[in-house]
Amino acid sequence: MLNRTAENVARATPEPLARKVRGISDKGLAWLFISPTILLLLAINIFPLFWAIYLSFTNYRANRPNEVVKNLGLANYQRILGDKDIWIAMQTTAHFVFWTILLQTLIGFTLAWLIDRKFRGHAFWTTLILVPMMLSPAVVGNFWRFLYEPQIGLFAYAISFVTRIPPTDIQMLSNVSLAPWSIIIVDTWMWTPYVMLICLAGLRSIPEYIYEAAEVDRASNWRQFWSITLPMALPFIMLAVLFRGIENFKMFDMVNLLTGGGPGSTTEVASITLKRQAFESWRTGYSSAFAIILFVAVFGLANIYVKALNKVKQR
Amino acid sequence: MKSSLKLALGLTSAITASTAVSNVAHAEDLTLCWAAWDPANALVELSKDFTKETGIGMKFEFVPWTNYADRFLNELNSHGKLCDLIIGDSQWIGGAAENGHYVKLNDFFDKEKISMDDFVPATVVGYSEWPKNTPNYWALPAMGDVVGWTYRKDWFSKPELQKEFKEKYGWDLGPPATFDQLKQVAEFFQKREIDGKTVYGASIYTERGSEGITMGAMDVLYSYGFQYENPKKPYEMEGFVNSDKSVKGLEFYKALYDCCTPPGASNSYMGEGVDAFKSGQVAMHMNFAFTWPGLQKDENVGGDKIGYFVNPKGPDGEQFAQLGGQGISVVSYSDKQESALKYIKWFANKDVQAKWWSLGGYSCLNAVVKDPKFPASQPYAQTFLDSMAIVKDFWAEPSYAPLLQASQKRFHDYVVAGQGSAKDALDGLVKDWTQVFQDDGKM
Repeated sequence: MLNRTAENVARATPEPLARKVRGISDKGLAWLFISPTILLLLAINIFPLFWAIYLSFTNYRANRPNEVVKNLGLANYQRILGDKDIWIAMQTTAHFVFWTILLQTLIGFTLAWLIDRKFRGHAFWTTLILVPMMLSPAVVGNFWRFLYEPQIGLFAYAISFVTRIPPTDIQMLSNVSLAPWSIIIVDTWMWTPYVMLICLAGLRSIPEYIYEAAEVDRASNWRQFWSITLPMALPFIMLAVLFRGIENFKMFDMVNLLTGGGPGSTTEVASITLKRQAFESWRTGYSSAFAIILFVAVFGLANIYVKALNKVKQR
Repeated sequence: MKSSLKLALGLTSAITASTAVSNVAHAEDLTLCWAAWDPANALVELSKDFTKETGIGMKFEFVPWTNYADRFLNELNSHGKLCDLIIGDSQWIGGAAENGHYVKLNDFFDKEKISMDDFVPATVVGYSEWPKNTPNYWALPAMGDVVGWTYRKDWFSKPELQKEFKEKYGWDLGPPATFDQLKQVAEFFQKREIDGKTVYGASIYTERGSEGITMGAMDVLYSYGFQYENPKKPYEMEGFVNSDKSVKGLEFYKALYDCCTPPGASNSYMGEGVDAFKSGQVAMHMNFAFTWPGLQKDENVGGDKIGYFVNPKGPDGEQFAQLGGQGISVVSYSDKQESALKYIKWFANKDVQAKWWSLGGYSCLNAVVKDPKFPASQPYAQTFLDSMAIVKDFWAEPSYAPLLQASQKRFHDYVVAGQGSAKDALDGLVKDWTQVFQDDGKM
């Protein structure tokens, strides 16, 4: 009886596809399916990375294809690390990353916490808050450029209304002190909803019974926030910080559209410097070395951060 | 010398025009690559005669100024066959010659009896020669251009303003002859109420991304005594680029920016300048001459309301202007070089050049510009001629791009962002440019 059952099961089980294709094992077939993806990945990710590493040790310039390419050893790296302008660009980048993350995390978490109250119309407000994030950065950049326009922009008029400073004196994109903040404001306006969404997911993942137990223990709302809400949402907040940190470290589009790195070099972040070196000055080898340095910096910092994030999750 | 312009209208009409022409294209069509702007539209119109005469169709690849250099330098560097003919920017000539992108035209000119003596000398040096001032020709001067000024003649001629100006400055309000006068006029108009609207002194180049502020600052610096290098020792820049006269010139440009430009004009180039003038914001407007035909025709600011003047003199009476414009070259990777050379031969013809000017292009042929009727042919014709007589150009070295990027940064940091002094900026520029030439093995 048992034997007959086993035979029936064996008969009912379809023959592995691989066996139908002569000479190919299941593992081989799996490789066959994923190989196009792997090849594509190698072609557009891995090969350019290694090629860039190679170029970073040379004097290669993409606009001089006929020139002899010389090996410079570590000269490009030495030049970058000793270049004052590069360090200023890195400081500018750090300034942007710090302030955008701080503002987006604070406002994003606050918004998520408020939305999580589930008040009347909260779905409508959630959708409304998400709108900036859904727009293209090109649209947002141009839109805000007009808003900031000192002669016709609404932003200057709004500030003027409050401060009584003439609108033509509020030059957000031309003033050295204000220009960095003009970009921070736009980035915060656009990406705070993203942080809010992640934080909202974190807040919604906290089981209700924990709050019920806290209520039984007569814990105050403040106490519940500090002892339950914040610690349990912290991994999500940290995840949002990680995503925004990586994104803002390589921020390009918004800066390029709003200020182009100006006035002067006030808002020239690392990605703008890299673009200028690579595609305007055509220092391909030099810019490859700079790109590798940036890659290592982001990769290293992200790794340290992920380790910290894992520790928080394990608590 | 232009690589940034928002001439959306020009682009649209250029695309329309190129589509129209390409509809009748056939296998032997030539493709001509240029920037998308008004003169390109004129060239489309002009080239119809070439097709009629030779049976060779013309296709056009026009790219907005913002992408012009990137697009076509990439095309040339990759040995692409898209362009049979190219109207390349003047500062590309060194790189294009040394990298073999352009066909050398000396033998062709000799064979067809096309003499470079027949063209305005400055355009031959600027658009055709590499090395400069040697008889090695890589292009035929195609589109003459130079930085000059327009002003609101109607505002300048208001009796009450003339009276007030004379009392204040002691000379008659009119087109300034020196930079000091230019600043006085600009200050006079700054934040003045005219016809119920607040207006400003001048629109000048301040753009950071491509080449704007360099073209503007150089336009002033030349007349203050700036020199790129020691005339007796090439690439020796110390004491020339950062001379006391150069420092004064750059200080003047910053003073002009600080005192007399419209609010928020910190990233202004050709398109923004045209907008500022057309919208009645400014009394004076620095821009390349190619913008003048369009402004002359403008209903609000053109006609009798507009006047033109040559770049003013510096404190020592020196007077120069920044060269713009381009030459037309045959791309060495083209399979249709014979036909492309036929186009060059046709384009060099006197009648074609005369029609080119009448359509809105700026001819560089002496026979056209030295015609006694030429100065009266357009209200701006004489100013164009006078300006072309005093031109200087930026480095046309193969490494012009990093040289340009360095000046963009140094000038913008000082003029717009107010960082450091003019001397710091020019000392830094000497350092940057020295590094570029050292990288090139020229120093």
